[in-house]
Amino acid sequence: MARQHIDARGLSCPQPVLLAAKAMDAADGGELEILIDNEASRENVGRAAQSKGWTVAASEEVDQDFRLVLTK
Amino acid sequence: MSRAVKNIFATTLGIIAVGSIIGVVAGFLQQAGNPANMAICVACFGRDIAGAIGIHRAAVVQYLRPEILGFVLGSFAAALAFKEFKPSGGSAPVTRFVLGMIAMIGALVFLGCPWRVILRLAGGDGNALFGLAGLAAGVWIGTLFFKKGFNLGRGQVQSWSAGLMIPLLMLGLLALRLLYPPVPGEAQSGVLWYSLSGPGAAYAPLGFSLAAGLGIGFLAQRSRFCTMGAIRDVILFRQMYLMYGFIALLVAAFITNLFLGQFNPGFEGQPVAHTMGLWNFLGMVVAGLAFALAGGCPGRQLFMTGEGNTDAGIFALGLLAGAALAHNFGLASSPAGIGPHGMAAVIIGLAVLVFIGVANCKKS
Repeated sequence: MARQHIDARGLSCPQPVLLAAKAMDAADGGELEILIDNEASRENVGRAAQSKGWTVAASEEVDQDFRLVLTK
Repeated sequence: MSRAVKNIFATTLGIIAVGSIIGVVAGFLQQAGNPANMAICVACFGRDIAGAIGIHRAAVVQYLRPEILGFVLGSFAAALAFKEFKPSGGSAPVTRFVLGMIAMIGALVFLGCPWRVILRLAGGDGNALFGLAGLAAGVWIGTLFFKKGFNLGRGQVQSWSAGLMIPLLMLGLLALRLLYPPVPGEAQSGVLWYSLSGPGAAYAPLGFSLAAGLGIGFLAQRSRFCTMGAIRDVILFRQMYLMYGFIALLVAAFITNLFLGQFNPGFEGQPVAHTMGLWNFLGMVVAGLAFALAGGCPGRQLFMTGEGNTDAGIFALGLLAGAALAHNFGLASSPAGIGPHGMAAVIIGLAVLVFIGVANCKKS
């Protein structure tokens, strides 16, 4: 399964959600891995996933950053 | 505390609770002495702080507001406790400073930040409807820029000392407030200026103000409370999370005002407000657009400084500079109406914001 990668570290609100939404809307299946560097953005992406019907397949802390894997 | 602990304030019930608490506390701060329909206003209180440290000399708006210091220090405490103090910054600092200045100027044309839009509405001030419409319009314009790829660039991880600068500044200001308390009948106490009349002379007791600021700062950091974000997220993502907090604040402040006898509906003679509808609207268009481009309402920017975000800190310093400019150059409004150069400031401010928006749109 193809996996896209987005590095949203250092980007302020609402950029991480916008990037995730753009990638997920364009994706034809597959997974999106997004790196985020703050908890608030992780929560925002999680809420976006819930409202848009994506699945958060993984959510973990890696070296003080966060790695989320989204599928739809 | 571990980040693994579920953040109960970042749930729908959590943000509703936080909005409600802010609304109730605002009502009681007003009863305890803060200016009517202002209670907690980041723009107005930032302007009062600018007056207190003498960077403008409008005699009626000088008081070092403990609530604002508490916002940053409470947020800082929450960020430390939950391991979210993470210094970062370096994303277009000068642009963010200018955004802060223009946001403050727009807010002082309306006479209030988004928090005060809500509190004025909750107090019955019909003029705030123009401000709310302007805020929504400004944020909507901001979302158009985001859809076109607006981005101020990435921030970088910074040192702990960099992230501590604004919280330390707030501690320093708190020390000044404790060292030089107001003296009845005196316009100056040590290095601080104090209003003897007008909104700057209306304040709740220090302990209550500081405790309110610290508590709100702590809760708002946990819940990510943001009034601009509430409107932005509905427009951009159809997401209601922050809007629930916005509505809870309005409803709680309204009920508290009714309970305390502080609800006075109408347009004429409202406290620290003017009736020039067009300029109430346009002032908040400017402020709303500036907040949108900067990524948060003035309250949220203060809470982010507590998390070590130096970009938000630069924006907050821009707010202070904007307050000074607004009062030194006759840009700010008063209950008599817009300042002599306020109209020019709104038009120029809007033009600068559009330039910033267009110049920072990047093709994906």
